[in-house]
Amino acid sequence: MTQPLPRHAAQPPVAEPPPVAEPPPVAGPPPVIRLVSVVKTYGTGEAAVQALRGVSLAVEERDYVAIVGASGSGKSTMMNIIGCLDVPSEGQFLIDGIDTSSLDEQQLAVVRNRKIGFVFQAFNLIPRMTALANVELPLSYAGLRAAERRRRAEAALRLAGLAERTQFQPKQLSGGQQQRVAVARALVTAPSLILADEPTGNLDTRASHELMEVFDRLNAAGRTIVLITHEADVAAHAKRVIGFQDGHIVADRRVAEPDALPPLLGQPAVPP
Amino acid sequence: MSPAQVFRFALAGLAANKLRSALTTLGILIGVGSVILLVAVGNGSSQSVQNAISSLGANAITVLHTEGIAGSTTSTTAFAEPQNLTVQDAQALAQAQGVASVSPAVSTSETLSYGASSDSASLTGSYPSYFPAEDDTLSAGAYFTTQEVNTAQDVVVLGAEAASDLFGTANPVGKSVLVAGVPFTVVGVLATKGASGLSSADNTAVAPLTTVQDALTGFGTLNDVVVVTGSAALVDTVEGEVTSILDLRHHETAADADFEVLSASTLLSTASSTAHTFTVLLGAVAAISLLVGGIGITNIMLVTVTERTREIGIRKAIGATPGVILAQFLTEATLLSMIGGALGVLAGAIGTRFTIVGVKPVIVPLSIPLAFGVSALIGLFFGGFPANRAAGMRPADALRYE
Repeated sequence: MTQPLPRHAAQPPVAEPPPVAEPPPVAGPPPVIRLVSVVKTYGTGEAAVQALRGVSLAVEERDYVAIVGASGSGKSTMMNIIGCLDVPSEGQFLIDGIDTSSLDEQQLAVVRNRKIGFVFQAFNLIPRMTALANVELPLSYAGLRAAERRRRAEAALRLAGLAERTQFQPKQLSGGQQQRVAVARALVTAPSLILADEPTGNLDTRASHELMEVFDRLNAAGRTIVLITHEADVAAHAKRVIGFQDGHIVADRRVAEPDALPPLLGQPAVPP
Repeated sequence: MSPAQVFRFALAGLAANKLRSALTTLGILIGVGSVILLVAVGNGSSQSVQNAISSLGANAITVLHTEGIAGSTTSTTAFAEPQNLTVQDAQALAQAQGVASVSPAVSTSETLSYGASSDSASLTGSYPSYFPAEDDTLSAGAYFTTQEVNTAQDVVVLGAEAASDLFGTANPVGKSVLVAGVPFTVVGVLATKGASGLSSADNTAVAPLTTVQDALTGFGTLNDVVVVTGSAALVDTVEGEVTSILDLRHHETAADADFEVLSASTLLSTASSTAHTFTVLLGAVAAISLLVGGIGITNIMLVTVTERTREIGIRKAIGATPGVILAQFLTEATLLSMIGGALGVLAGAIGTRFTIVGVKPVIVPLSIPLAFGVSALIGLFFGGFPANRAAGMRPADALRYE
């Protein structure tokens, strides 16, 4: 089902970068994410609402970024654009140096499958499918064979800290367990970027802390992570914290270099 | 992504709401089942009409008197005036080779009455040979004799329905009935023949030719002459002979014939074309119900797509291409219609084992693959719109849907 990308004709499951319209003039590897004056407008005419008012941002490989801001500040809109779930009204968005505006819906699906792993606040697992089947799903869309899917899905579940209960359906799992399944699903295709939209929003303190430990380990292992959060103690795990307000970036604080280890890696939970 | 995988996703999708899937399937089931059943009923009734016609006797030929083609005689006076079909004509036909019997007949519609009860029946005047020629058998009494015909006796043989209308359960033999005011003695009652086409073959009365001509119709033309051949194989030759004898006697050519020669095979071809129209009509009615079933699939798939908007958003967010989503929902719709189609074939096949409104249905073999194939296509066609809608959704919008 998966159509190969033009010219490069990528064979699944090898993630070959789609053609670059205009490679940005940067030395070394391009940033994983690069937004250039991105504007997102909902609605038209008098009812038009600007959710993003010219956001520019670059996220380096191995970085661990927390985006904080009040609801309605536009951070989720930006996350949807970074996740290729939505397209900017104006401006440019490049992922691994690829300008997404040059891609059609088919190619965007391949980018979402190979380059991005998305973790949602509401878990968004597919009901009536086992945890393992949920994790295998992105690999199915990538066209992998059953045996290879299972091997990689099990490995991803172990990495996300859920080796047992893999044959259970989402409704039979706790919130924390469901979110681990979602994390496993996000990283199973070995994407260059893991996006998490308030991943701890529906979890209790303990499950939140356990989930953040998983993210810390993944980042230490070399994954680039961008997450949205309300909570200061969750943002404290990141190497870089970006503040959002009224569709603008209002703060950008670097805690640790992209190549360093996550600041709270291996630290015990703060007792509630 | 492999087709087997798409198929599994589709099956899981259908299993998610079993009642809804079952009801949608039922719509197609009824559509396909009724196409097969109604076409079988049409086919069955056409076969029963054909059987009834061939039961008239495969070796019977009927010569009907006609008025000639009135309009065509105006161009020239060279054409002969239409002549009467006479007993002499019948006697001439009796001389032809291969003819076993000849029964000249007149027919009229008369009111029969006995006491307070009356019945409007078709009255035929003929010879005793008319009964075997018409495949009639007796249930009581006897036929009238040639002697009674020659002496113009007032005797009558009643059809089964005419007898029961007038006499109920009582035995009519020996009683006297009034036919258009003239008293006739009932000598026999015919066994029931059942309906042939739209009219009852049992609401009849048969009396000697001479008597009927004398009392009722006058000595004009005969209505028809029933010629019975020695064997069924002789029908075609005798039909030709009958035509040429009458042409000669009436000095006619085919253009201005005042008679028409019918055999079972000519009646059969007329009846077949009528029955064909009937079958097509029934099939069309059934096809409409299949169409309604198809719209049911569209409706359900639209509901399913709306209800599963979020799931579609999730699938897209993790890399499902529009093509894969399209394939999944199309497969779901097609599976629904094909399962319904298969069950409909089964239901239709079972339904045809019963007699429906007096007709024994006979399955038309072609109707099965046709109805099933159409139901599969309906899934593709009517599922296409909702599937396309699912495939075209923006992932961000789909995920926001509650």
